[in-house]
Amino acid sequence: MRTLAVLKTALTGNYAVAHAVRLAKPHVIAAYPITPQTTIVEKLSEFVAKGELKASFVNVESEFSALAVVYGAAMAGARAFTATSSHGLFYMYEMLWWAAGSRAPIVMAVVTRTLGPPWNIHDEHNDILAIRDSGWAVAMASNVQEVLDLTIQAFKLAESAYIPVAVGLDGFVLSHTVESIELPPQEAVDEFLPPRRPDLPLRLRPGEPITMGNIPSDDRLHAEHLKNIYRASQEAKKLVKSIDAEYGKLVGREYGGMVEGFELEGARYAVVCMGAWCGDAKEAVRSLRREGVPVGLMRIRFVRPFPDEEVAELSGMDRVVVFDRDITPAGGILGREVASVLGRDKVVNVLAGLAGVDFKADEFRKAVKHAVEGEYADRVVLL
Amino acid sequence: MTVRIDLLPKTKYVVPGNSACAGCGMMIGLKVLGMALGEEAVLSIPASCASVVQGLGPKSGVALPILNVPFASAASVATGMSEAFRQLGVKGQAVVWAGDGGTADIGFAAVSAAAERNSDVLYIMYDNEAYMNTGIQRSSETPKGAWTTTTPTGKREAKKDVALILLAHGVPYVATANIAYPQDFYRKIKRASEIRGFKFIHLFAPCPPGWLFDPSLTVEVARKAVETGVFILWEYDNGELKLNPPSSALVDKSRRKPLVEYLKLQGRYAHLSEDQIKQMEEEIDRKWQFLLRFAQAARPRA
Ligand SMILES: Cc1ncc(C[n+]2csc(CCOP(=O)(O)OP(=O)(O)O)c2C)c(N)n1
Ligand code: SF4
Repeated sequence: MRTLAVLKTALTGNYAVAHAVRLAKPHVIAAYPITPQTTIVEKLSEFVAKGELKASFVNVESEFSALAVVYGAAMAGARAFTATSSHGLFYMYEMLWWAAGSRAPIVMAVVTRTLGPPWNIHDEHNDILAIRDSGWAVAMASNVQEVLDLTIQAFKLAESAYIPVAVGLDGFVLSHTVESIELPPQEAVDEFLPPRRPDLPLRLRPGEPITMGNIPSDDRLHAEHLKNIYRASQEAKKLVKSIDAEYGKLVGREYGGMVEGFELEGARYAVVCMGAWCGDAKEAVRSLRREGVPVGLMRIRFVRPFPDEEVAELSGMDRVVVFDRDITPAGGILGREVASVLGRDKVVNVLAGLAGVDFKADEFRKAVKHAVEGEYADRVVLL
Repeated sequence: MTVRIDLLPKTKYVVPGNSACAGCGMMIGLKVLGMALGEEAVLSIPASCASVVQGLGPKSGVALPILNVPFASAASVATGMSEAFRQLGVKGQAVVWAGDGGTADIGFAAVSAAAERNSDVLYIMYDNEAYMNTGIQRSSETPKGAWTTTTPTGKREAKKDVALILLAHGVPYVATANIAYPQDFYRKIKRASEIRGFKFIHLFAPCPPGWLFDPSLTVEVARKAVETGVFILWEYDNGELKLNPPSSALVDKSRRKPLVEYLKLQGRYAHLSEDQIKQMEEEIDRKWQFLLRFAQAARPRA
C-alpha cells in the first residue's frame, strides 16, 4: 500500500457524510431539513457556497421533491445526493420505488430516527428498514469513520450496479457524536471514484428521442425488468465486496463486505446486529468470552441485498441471538430475516433500544447470556 | 413576432403509434411544442393522459426525449434535469408537460417551489379541466357548473386561476394559450425558452370524451372559449401583462359571442339552467375586470 496524505480530524457522523459527499464531487444535491439529518445539508450548502464543492444545491419544499430533484438529475447523467430521516424518508415513499425502478444511481444518507406518534427525534431502525423492499441497496455504518468510507463507497456501488444506495447512520449516536477519523485525500477518492457514465441507465439529451416509463406493450417486458433488478441486486453483493476490497487497498480500511465478523472463530453462539450499537454488543461479546462463553458476532452492513450466504455460515451455531432496534407486529425485522436463513428454532430475537432508549454493553451481555442459556420463554423478547 | 404556419418546421414529433383519442386537444398542443422546441426540449411528464398517449413501450408515438415520472413530481424532476444539464454543460430546456390535476392539485407544492426558486424550467399545463386519464373526475381546474363523474350534478366551486397564482410568484414569464391559436402558442413557447428561469404556460386543451362533444369539434370548442370570453389569452413578460389577440379585441363585453355558443357544444354543460348560465356570464365578466385591473397595474412605466 502507498502512504496516503490522510487528514486526521474529528467529525460528527453528519459532517463525515458531508465530507464524503464533498470528496465524491456530486453535481446536484437536494434535501429538506429534518432532525437529526439537518446538519448534513447545512454543511453541504456551506461547502457549495464557499466554492469547496462545485455542485447545484437545490432547496426544495419537501422530501418528496428532494428525491424527485436528485432523481431527475441522476437520470440526466449527474452524480446526485440527498439525505433524510424518519418522517422525511416516509414522505419520499412513492419516489423511492420510482427511482429504484428507473435504475437511478442515487446516494442517500438516512439518519435513523423513530417514527411518531409521539414526536420523538431519537434513534431507532424502523425508518430505514421500511424501505428494504423498495429496490434500494440499504447499508448501515457502525462508527463515524465507516460513515465516511461507506458513503464514498456507496457512490461507486450505485454507479456500478445501477441501484440507488441508502447509507444509514444512527441518529445522534453517530450523527451528532464527534469521533476522530481520517479523511482520504481528494486524489485517492478521484482514483477510486471516476466520473460517472452519463449515458447509463439511459441517455437523456435534447434532440435524442427516448422514452422512459411509458405503458408497456406487453406486461412480460415489465416483469422482465423487475427480474433484472432482482438479478442486479444479487450481483451487487459481489460488487459490495470488491468495492470494499478496492477501497481497502487504496485507503487501508476494509470492512468485510456485506457483513463484519467479530470473534466468530470457535464460537458456538452468535450475536447478529446492525448499526452503531454493535460497538456495545462487541464489548459484551468480549466480556462474555472472558467469562468463557464461546460467543461471536456478525454485524450486518448491508441489509439489502440481504447477506444470505454470510448468515448461512452461522448454521453450525447452537443459538443465534438477533438484536433488532425496530419493532413490527411480526417481531423484529432482522430477526425474521435471519430466521428465514437459519430456521426459527435457532434464533432468539431481542427487540431493544426502541424509541431511542439506551441499551448498554452490560444489557447486551445479560441478554445474550439469558438467550444462550435458554432462559427466554419466547422467541421474540421485548426489552 | 408573427408566425406563419407554412414556414414552421416540418419534422413531426407526434408520430403514428400514439394512442390519443380522436380529436385530443392536448395532442395538438404537443405537436406545436415539437415544432417549437423539438431539438431542445427534454420532457418530464407526470401520470396523466400525456403519459398514456405516448403509446406502448418500448416504442413511442412521441419522438421527444421523455422521462415519465410520478404524479406529483414533474416540476421537481425537471428541476433536477435542468441542474444536471447546467453542471454537465448540456444545452437544452427542461420542459414539464403536465395536466391540470398534476399541476394545480397534487403537484402544486412542487410547482410553486420550482417557481419560487426560479428554476430553469418551462412548465406547460395542458388544461382539459378534469382528471381525464382516470375517467373524468373533477380537478380544481374544472369550471363551476361542469359535469364530471365526481360532480354528477355539476361542480359547485369555481376554477382556480393557476396562471395568476404563478404570476404572483414573481417568475419572469407567464402566459395563457389555446390550441385553436397554434401560432400564438408557438410564439409563446419560443419566447419563454429564451428566458432562463421559471416559465409557465397555461394551455387550454379541450377533450372530446371528457367534455362530451364530437371529436371533429375540438378546435371549434377551443376557439369558442376565446370568442365568448371564457378563456382569455394573455402574457406576462418583462413585468408587463398584456392581452393577446383575439382576446385583446374582446375587452368590450359586447364584442364577445354569447356564452351559450360555447356551452351548447358540450354535453358536460347540458344540464345548466338559464339562470345558471346568466350567473356564469357574470362571473366571466368579473374575471375580465380583475385581469384588466391587473394588466393596468403591471404596465411598464412611461
Ligand atoms: C399518487 C397518484 N395518485 C393517483 C394516481 C392516478 N392518476 C393517474 S393520472 C390521474 C389524473 C391526471 O389528471 P390530470 O393531471 O388533469 O391529467 P389528464 O389525465 O387530465 O391528462 C390520476 C388521478 C397516480 N398515478 N398517482
Ligand atoms: S381523454 Fe381527452 S385529454 Fe385524454 S387523450 Fe383522450 S382526448 Fe386527450
